Amino acid sequence: MEGLTLSDAEQKYYSDLFSYCDIESTKKVASNGRVVELFRAAQLPNEVVLQIMELCGATRLGYFGRSQFYIALKLVAVAQSGLPLRVESINTVKDLPLPRFGASKNEQESRHTTSYSSDTENQGSYSGVIPPPPGRVQVKKGSVSHDAVQPRTSTDQQESTSPVVSPQQSPPTSPHTWRKHNRHPSGGNNERSLAGPGPFWSPFSEAQTGSSAGDAVWSGHSPPPPQENWVSFADTPPTSTLLAMHPASVQDQTTVRTVASATTANEIRRQSSSYDDPWKITDEQRQYYVNQFKTIQPDLNGFIPGSAAKEFFTKSKLPILELSHIWELSDFDKDGALTLDEFCAAFHLVVARKNGYDLPEKLPESLMPKLIDLEDSADVGDQSGEVGYSGSPAEAPPSKSPSMPSLNQTWPELNQSSEDTAIVHPVPIRMTPSKIHMQEMELKRTGSDHTNPTSPLLVKPSDLSEENKINSSVKFVSGNTVADGYSSSDSFTSDPEQIGNAVTRQRSHSGTSPDNTAPPPPPPRPHPSHSRSSSLDMNRTFPVTTGQQQAGVVAHPPAVPPRPQPSQVPGPHVHRPVDAEGLITHTSTSPQQIPEQPNFADFSQFEVFAASNVNEEPDDEAEKHPEVLQVEKSSDPSGSLRVAKTDGRIEEKTAASAPANVGKSTTPLAPPPKPIRRRLKSEDELRPEVDEHSQKTGVLAAVLSSQPSIPRSVGKDKKAIQASIRRNKETNTVLARLNSELQQQLKDVLEERISLEVQLEQLRPFSHL
Amino acid sequence: MAVCIAVIAKENYPLYIRSIPAEQELKFHYTVHTSLDVVDEKVSAMGKALVDQRELYLGLLYPTEDYKVSLLSRLGIPCVKSMFPNQLHRYGYVTNSKVKFVMVVDSSNTALRDNEIRSMFRKLHNSYTDVMCNPFYNPGDRIHSRAFDNMVTSMMVQVC
Repeated sequence: MEGLTLSDAEQKYYSDLFSYCDIESTKKVASNGRVVELFRAAQLPNEVVLQIMELCGATRLGYFGRSQFYIALKLVAVAQSGLPLRVESINTVKDLPLPRFGASKNEQESRHTTSYSSDTENQGSYSGVIPPPPGRVQVKKGSVSHDAVQPRTSTDQQESTSPVVSPQQSPPTSPHTWRKHNRHPSGGNNERSLAGPGPFWSPFSEAQTGSSAGDAVWSGHSPPPPQENWVSFADTPPTSTLLAMHPASVQDQTTVRTVASATTANEIRRQSSSYDDPWKITDEQRQYYVNQFKTIQPDLNGFIPGSAAKEFFTKSKLPILELSHIWELSDFDKDGALTLDEFCAAFHLVVARKNGYDLPEKLPESLMPKLIDLEDSADVGDQSGEVGYSGSPAEAPPSKSPSMPSLNQTWPELNQSSEDTAIVHPVPIRMTPSKIHMQEMELKRTGSDHTNPTSPLLVKPSDLSEENKINSSVKFVSGNTVADGYSSSDSFTSDPEQIGNAVTRQRSHSGTSPDNTAPPPPPPRPHPSHSRSSSLDMNRTFPVTTGQQQAGVVAHPPAVPPRPQPSQVPGPHVHRPVDAEGLITHTSTSPQQIPEQPNFADFSQFEVFAASNVNEEPDDEAEKHPEVLQVEKSSDPSGSLRVAKTDGRIEEKTAASAPANVGKSTTPLAPPPKPIRRRLKSEDELRPEVDEHSQKTGVLAAVLSSQPSIPRSVGKDKKAIQASIRRNKETNTVLARLNSELQQQLKDVLEERISLEVQLEQLRPFSHL
Repeated sequence: MAVCIAVIAKENYPLYIRSIPAEQELKFHYTVHTSLDVVDEKVSAMGKALVDQRELYLGLLYPTEDYKVSLLSRLGIPCVKSMFPNQLHRYGYVTNSKVKFVMVVDSSNTALRDNEIRSMFRKLHNSYTDVMCNPFYNPGDRIHSRAFDNMVTSMMVQVC
């Protein structure tokens, strides 16, 4: 048991109490009625009383000696002020109001009447003596008001008088008590805000200026087994701020901070009235944490390994279970190591816990670490995502291990969706290079459609439902979405879809494609490795798919993954002849067909077609394609297509096709081997979206133009189909954009929801007020 | 509907076991324990072959009168599933570190698809990995992680 240092008032008060209880004047107060009643008058829960008795050693000795009694009284004061009972707090909590016995904390009337534990009133009657923590008084100020003044005076009188007198005065004392407290709070009112923890922390931080101090905090506690250490309190001697503050302020702070350990309604009231974000880290706290971090890991951008963190936090002498929970909360990326943010969050939680705050179930928003691999917007999204992480599973897959890549992807995706559709910068995602390329491509292409592969997918179904205007497009999107949904962890699939959507969108195709019944083929999938359907058949189906895609854009929202599937075969049939005629189509389709293959080529082809046929390519397409289109239209659509497509690929093809305008490219376009396509695709991805679009339109135009060159009837059909395809693609683009926007809204709403939930949790302790 | 979920350590002592409804916990303990034999049998049978990382999911473990325990061998050999009335299916899952997850589901509810069971085990495995990542967790301790509890609760509620 630590030595007990009492202030003069406390000394006097305690001696009075002791004398009161020591009816036999034996200097030893057994755990007899008076003591028990006295403690009962303190209006503390039984378990708290038991704990106090245990702490002060009375249980050990079997009786209350003077020192034990004093310690017990001090602990009563501590408990009444809402601070967790700790042996250290006896000495560390300076300026603690005198323990209050028998005073009703809440209502004045209760004070006068029932709140006084009747027996205690009579006896201990110190009931009014100890004003409840000023905070409480403050809270109740309204109710307490004037009465408090009286108690104070009477209390003072009481203290000066013999304990025997107090019982008589007990009834009036409670008001006095309140009054007394009222005086105190004046100093402490300002402490309310978190600031609540502020003052609390300032001493803490002061004490912790040096890591040594911090260590002292950790290690300097004499640990009663079940007790936690007051990090801050350990340093109270040097914490002049605490001393300087009114006891009330201390009380206020502690009460405020003590979310769940409010022992009295007063405390609760105080809490409610001084609600603030208890998890905010003040600057000085943060600085302290950073310093501590440096002691373990000099590099602020580095990690603290789990073992080092374990040692460090074990010094806080919190139970392992709680430390384990704190770790769970703070290690956000679940990597077994703590970054600076995570470390600060963990440290903050530890300190909060030591001061009596209950650990939250989820990491508070203010403690969320920023994800590293996300860009600025990503950070915002991360926050929301992280919050959503805990609260909205739909946002991102929480599981890290299997879907880590997808998780990473979703973050940026989410961010993207949250941002403007016109995301130009590629989001750093841990993806395979091809995927990154694809993402970039997608971003560029879609411009407006930056929904994450998964997020759009997630939102798509809902979005789709909203968009009835373009059912086919919707279907297309939903189809893609569904498909992507299948591979939740394979965000790659979504990328192609996105890309496809983007592509289609830009294409401004007309809506319906009569020919397309099959689900629109997925936008070019950037991941060759991931495309399940990447098979040679796909290549073959490319031409078919291409047609499908064009038409299929409007086609049903098949649950089938957007990959150009055999289902699209029917569609492509139309194009088959085209293929035969010009590989351009083929090439265009094939790239599209292959999920991972860059479908850009296809799209570009389509665009070329569209351009050629319709010659109404919008803006960007037009810019690129003016010449392309014209060229294509005129003579060498394939060539233009080539050019439009990817640099490398096109070159290959164009070279081949250029010479052979019509027949062109069959050879070069002939099912471009996947690698080639990939290459093209990556190139496409790298290319600005506009370019691609323009290329696509050019390609399409070229294709279209080339096609007609072949059988007229077929050409006409082709044109019609391609026009419809274009429309569908436009629709898709619009829908995709809409999807992204809606997803963004969804994310925002989820973020709000999560923040509200957090607030609700914080408010919950006050709910019963 | 998962009525019981258990995590068994390598030495075949439980790290975590939870069941709904609670009063039948002892019965579930028993069934899980019996299923361990099946797990071991499957694992040993497959163990001879190369340890294939892919198939950690053991399927229906053992058909018993009341409970159907399914165990798909980690190596991907599904067991025969027999249907009994009132059945509780037991599904097993073994990790590379020989930590076993056993799940008892009530077949009276909608028959859970195999994929769903797999996904549930995947979630379990992920949560278990997260628990392992906690430096304050000593392998071999009972699992007290709240996050793990929440996940299991969600699974049991959802399944039910």
